[in-house]
Amino acid sequence: MRRSVAMMLSLAMIAGMAVVLFPMIGEAKPAETTFVTHQGAVIKTSGDVLDPVYTVSTVEFDPDEFLRNFEYGDVSVSADGQTIREYTILANDDQIQEISPGVFYNVWTFNGTVPGPTIRATEGDLVRIHFINNGSKEHTIHFHGIHPSVMDGVFEPVGRGGGQFTYEFEAGPVGVHPYHCHVMPLEEHIIHGLYGVFIVDPKEPREPADEMVMVLNGMDTDFDGENNFYAANTIPFYYQHHPIQINTGELIRVYVVNMVEFDPINNFHLHGNLYHYYPTGTSTVPSFYTDMITLSQTERGIMEFVYDYPGPYLFHAHKVEFSEKGWVGLFLVKDGTEEADDDDAAAAAAPDATPDVPEGVYET
Amino acid sequence: MIPFALVVVLVAYVAGTGSGLLELGVSLPEVTIEKVDFVDSEIQATIRNTGPMPVQVVMADINDRIHPAAVEPDGFLERYETALVRIPFEWNVAEPYVVGITTSDGTRFEKEIEAAAPALEPSADLVVLFGVIGTFVGVIPVMIGMMWLPFIRRISREKYLFFMALTVGLLLFLVLDAVEEALDISAASLAGTFNGTMLVATVVVLSFLGLYYSGERLTARAGSLGLAKPVAVALMISVGIGLHNFGEGLAIGAAVGLGSAAFGAFLVVGFALHNTTEGVAIAAPLSQGRAPILLLAALGIIAGSPAIFGAWVGGFSYSPFASVIFLAIGAGAIIQVIMVLMRWIGKGGGSDDNGGGGDSSDGINNNNSNSSSSHVLSSAPVVSGIAVGMLVMYLTSILV
Repeated sequence: MRRSVAMMLSLAMIAGMAVVLFPMIGEAKPAETTFVTHQGAVIKTSGDVLDPVYTVSTVEFDPDEFLRNFEYGDVSVSADGQTIREYTILANDDQIQEISPGVFYNVWTFNGTVPGPTIRATEGDLVRIHFINNGSKEHTIHFHGIHPSVMDGVFEPVGRGGGQFTYEFEAGPVGVHPYHCHVMPLEEHIIHGLYGVFIVDPKEPREPADEMVMVLNGMDTDFDGENNFYAANTIPFYYQHHPIQINTGELIRVYVVNMVEFDPINNFHLHGNLYHYYPTGTSTVPSFYTDMITLSQTERGIMEFVYDYPGPYLFHAHKVEFSEKGWVGLFLVKDGTEEADDDDAAAAAAPDATPDVPEGVYET
Repeated sequence: MIPFALVVVLVAYVAGTGSGLLELGVSLPEVTIEKVDFVDSEIQATIRNTGPMPVQVVMADINDRIHPAAVEPDGFLERYETALVRIPFEWNVAEPYVVGITTSDGTRFEKEIEAAAPALEPSADLVVLFGVIGTFVGVIPVMIGMMWLPFIRRISREKYLFFMALTVGLLLFLVLDAVEEALDISAASLAGTFNGTMLVATVVVLSFLGLYYSGERLTARAGSLGLAKPVAVALMISVGIGLHNFGEGLAIGAAVGLGSAAFGAFLVVGFALHNTTEGVAIAAPLSQGRAPILLLAALGIIAGSPAIFGAWVGGFSYSPFASVIFLAIGAGAIIQVIMVLMRWIGKGGGSDDNGGGGDSSDGINNNNSNSSSSHVLSSAPVVSGIAVGMLVMYLTSILV
């Protein structure tokens, strides 16, 4: 027994020395890696795989965390009983972020992310935003909605290097709205990422649902006036290799905001289902029952749907160019009636596990 | 020696400790897609980092649509390093494709292919096929052209001068043609960092100088080597035309290799007609002396067979850089041939010192022959010969 241990140790030492002395041997034998194609073929390579489409990968920003994250602010109640929601938002414009595996881009951010935080209030609440501009350029926050001119974030540029401004207004109208920087040149400030979502809930709450936010955006990484990437929530193809887990029979509510620049329209197509669509979310009665809506710049709305059948379902721009540059994702619908499946579901939900989804199912 | 050492010190300083001095402005990455091959269910791009700094290749696309891909040996490219990007893609024959490569800073570089065609796999059949094409384009037309020899022998001195001048015209056309082709290829496929225009100019001059030097040595020693001077001149013309035909072979091989098969057929017909005139160029100086059939055959093969090798190289391992170099070498070679011919014509077609030339180089002639040379060069047969040569080449080139 002791002898074998000693032998193992000496073998390990020899092996270790070999590694130290002949590091080239290890490098000379490149491991073969594989990736899959759109058609599902498995390709072997001795080199590097360049695959933002199907290979599971993560970058600094986590779209899963953003998807269902709503910021309700620091809540207090005023003397006359009005709910006050206070937020602090910092602007920055010096961050280099990996926005697709290996692609680094100078993002301009509200609170460090693109999109900025999803701000959520109930109609009639007092929203108070403490805005601090830590950037090297002037920035503002311009909310879509109803508020006085001085709170519009247009005529009071906030100075660079720590300038401050407090935006204060009553939340309204009910619906889903964008907010964004409104400093000229406006396009530059928007395409670099200074935008986010502002949700105003009705006083009578909507039906309980699995709620999520999708900001449809693009990135022009080579500054040629055309987007190199498109996405739901910034990271191209992210929800394709990290499918969004939902349940059959459960109401799903998606707050969709189109922030794509350069291209006049964007759209949203859902597979295997249709959704009720509430443009801008201002009405409690849906305007459409469809699987396809068209969205112009900052056009937005609320989608509600329920899946009857489990399985993976695509959602993507039916402007296929956009989907082939990243604006595509998957809902992985689990059977909501079977509690026993929870373990499997948890395994499938593990971020680094290869999703249990057929590759290349991407047919439109 | 001291100035040289100082330059070395200067370069070392600027590249090393003093490099901060030159960090002005913004340097941008540059990736050149040098070659695109369409293989079975895959598009392969050969890329080169032609920018001022290392790059990381992170993404590939076809027609501006992102596709999973692989880069071998790896995605990190030092300056001038190359890599192969493999993009699985079910491409369709004859359709245009744009291949795009994105680097880590989000910059995209692209190359457009007018029509996809399968890359040629080297096989015995293709080797034979290219050999046959090369023979049809190079060897046979040159030999056919050389059959004018008996005719040239019988004609008067004026007509003979005309034919020699015709040859000059033909060659002049070939030089311009080769230079144009080299510039086209360098503009289309070589990165700016290669400085294509001056690359062509430099190689043309170097090629000319090299052949001029060795050509002079050859003619100077022609007598001692047992070569008649006309044979030495014909040999030089053959070598020059051979280098040129290598370039033509490259063009044909590349045309077939890049899938423009119909274009290839036109090239074959056009070059075949075109190259018949090259045989005349070789035959013309030989009219002065004996020319055994074996010698003629050897000259024909020297001039024509490089087309076969060119077709192999062009078809199986096309490289824009090599093509530019070979075309430029061919151009320089022909300029040298033109020079030799002009001198030959200037001396009245070599009739005065037939077989001589062993002692003094042709540049050193007495005043008498200098004046007669300028007289000959401006004579009607010579001027019209050069003009007709250019015209004939232009007209046959329309077929290519």
